[in-house]
Amino acid sequence: MADLLATYIGHFGVMFVGILCVVVVLLLSMAYLTYYERKVLAAAMLRKGPNVTGPFGLLQPMADGLKLFLKETIVPTGSNPVLFLLAPVLTFGLALVGWSVIPFGPGLVISNINVGVLYLFAISSLGVYGIIIAGWASNSRYAFLGAMRSAAQMVSYEVSIGFVIVTVLLCAGSLNLSKVVEAQSHLWFCIPLFPMMIVFFVSGLAETNRAPFDLVESESELVAGYFVEYSAMAFALFYLGEYMNMILVSGMTTVLFLGGWLAPFGLTFLPAPIWFGLKIFVVLFGFLWARATLPRFRYDQLMRLGWKIFLPFSIVYMVAVAGFLVATGNLPNGG
Amino acid sequence: MSSLNYLGEYLPIFVFLVIALAFGVVAIAGSWLAAKQKPDAVKLAAYECGFEAFDDARRKFDVRFYLVSILFIIFDLEVAFLFPWAISLSKIGLYGFWSMMLFLAVLTVGFIYEWKKGALEWE
Amino acid sequence: MIIASLLFYLFAAVCIGSAVVVVTARNPIHSVLFLILAFFNAAGLFVLLGAEFLAMILVIVYVGAVAVLFLFVVMMLDVEALAIPDTLKRNAAVGAGIGFVLVAELVLVASGWVSGGGTGASVLAIPGDVTNTQALGALIYTHYIYPFQGCGLVLLVAMIGAIVLTLRRRPDTKRQDVSTQVAKPRGVRLVKVPTGSGV
Repeated sequence: MADLLATYIGHFGVMFVGILCVVVVLLLSMAYLTYYERKVLAAAMLRKGPNVTGPFGLLQPMADGLKLFLKETIVPTGSNPVLFLLAPVLTFGLALVGWSVIPFGPGLVISNINVGVLYLFAISSLGVYGIIIAGWASNSRYAFLGAMRSAAQMVSYEVSIGFVIVTVLLCAGSLNLSKVVEAQSHLWFCIPLFPMMIVFFVSGLAETNRAPFDLVESESELVAGYFVEYSAMAFALFYLGEYMNMILVSGMTTVLFLGGWLAPFGLTFLPAPIWFGLKIFVVLFGFLWARATLPRFRYDQLMRLGWKIFLPFSIVYMVAVAGFLVATGNLPNGG
Repeated sequence: MSSLNYLGEYLPIFVFLVIALAFGVVAIAGSWLAAKQKPDAVKLAAYECGFEAFDDARRKFDVRFYLVSILFIIFDLEVAFLFPWAISLSKIGLYGFWSMMLFLAVLTVGFIYEWKKGALEWE
Repeated sequence: MIIASLLFYLFAAVCIGSAVVVVTARNPIHSVLFLILAFFNAAGLFVLLGAEFLAMILVIVYVGAVAVLFLFVVMMLDVEALAIPDTLKRNAAVGAGIGFVLVAELVLVASGWVSGGGTGASVLAIPGDVTNTQALGALIYTHYIYPFQGCGLVLLVAMIGAIVLTLRRRPDTKRQDVSTQVAKPRGVRLVKVPTGSGV
């Protein structure tokens, strides 16, 4: 009995350490994503970007974090304090738990569940809660308006994401993310499903409320949207949650379309997790590029793009892919 | 034995969730303890461009927001039906394929109705 | 398997507890949030049963979509104006009636299950080497085709109903018609200006 207990505790310890490692790596990459973003934006605008704190400004994210940590936490009078503080914790936590099913390499995954794709879809559909709760709990007009806009925006694009994922599943034949990656060992899905990858990426921009779909925050009219009342760590968690979601969407794009950890052109001299990281890095550049170059959408244009262009297009493309696979007998056998 | 392995895959998610939420709580609590808290009435007032807020910010909203979320539920259910179909299409063959096409056709009728009625327009 | 049964009691207890709070909470927002907690615990129970597809769909559809609508509606209600005790008394009889019907149904289902000779093994949701989702997929679209198409019709009716009930055209708003805008004859001319010389 004692032996059994010891092995249980041993397994649990290994799992715990593994999760902690992933969390630490994610937090670091999240911190340096802010640095990456500022450098890319600076380059796009012919500026230098952060270059004072540490060599090349590399300590800037740490300095920002420390500054926010030492600020006063303000909970407005008219607000609902519990929900007000719950919202950032929820946003941040949800952005983080999505990573528990993402495979970093062959067999390198925290929990290899059979329904990984559905799990990710579920996590991304929950993201809207942090924002609605924040907007309502703040009891501020700007926050409330921002939250309502964001909720409608996120649910609109969630629909096309669903159809895109179904198309990938048709080609992969499994809901397990590791198997989705393995199904791409001959041909990455970004080649036959290239338009769907674009739809997925743009919907990802909308889901994470990034430019050009950052109407939720739109400084000029809503002063910051749903997190106008937040300060200190509560604000930092929202901020980090947004960046975490960007990395998660990039990770999903990589797993679903860019072959996950698989090395391109047989260049296997780099280990699988490095390839995975590099691909995420490239997809993230797309996010930052979009922010540097595109003007903000108007709200009716945003809804039009989601419901009248992406939705019908992704349904038709999905049916076409299914028809093609059935007609040519190329359906994956599944497993 | 297989069910034990199966649950073993879900345990890390549970642990991960607890760690992630705990991190958020610790961050906020730590900052609250570490930083000097000096609240006053004006600082705690909701942001309103220098005015006092006239009334509660939570108010009725355009019905379009409800409509969007109802339509979202319907399409979400449609997608939910598509997931098992997509991964078992090789087993259910042409019959299953056409069965889903009929289902989609019925919903496309609804989609066209929506479009024609202008429910997808945001004014 | 001790952990599994401990988790079962945890999920079941939280589920029932939050369901009670849903009914008794004074603030409807809290009701909805506890309803979401109950959904999550129900999803946990499904996972324990091996029905992973159902668990995920429960989260996607109920938490990710239906509860968002509830939250939308409830958040824009006038919270103060709701006098809950009054309505509670008035609707108690109806509620009791519905509760009785539900209990009767549960008893029927449970007794049918026992008389069918079902043991724990036969109701496992993971039949052999096929995953739960594929097992469902192999049945829904072919064996249960009529209920499946019925679902499609129900969704169609729901879609049309929602539009008929809520859509009001507002005559005073300005609309952009993209096609006419694009189809307009070009009034502007694009000129490539050589660098440094001006127009």
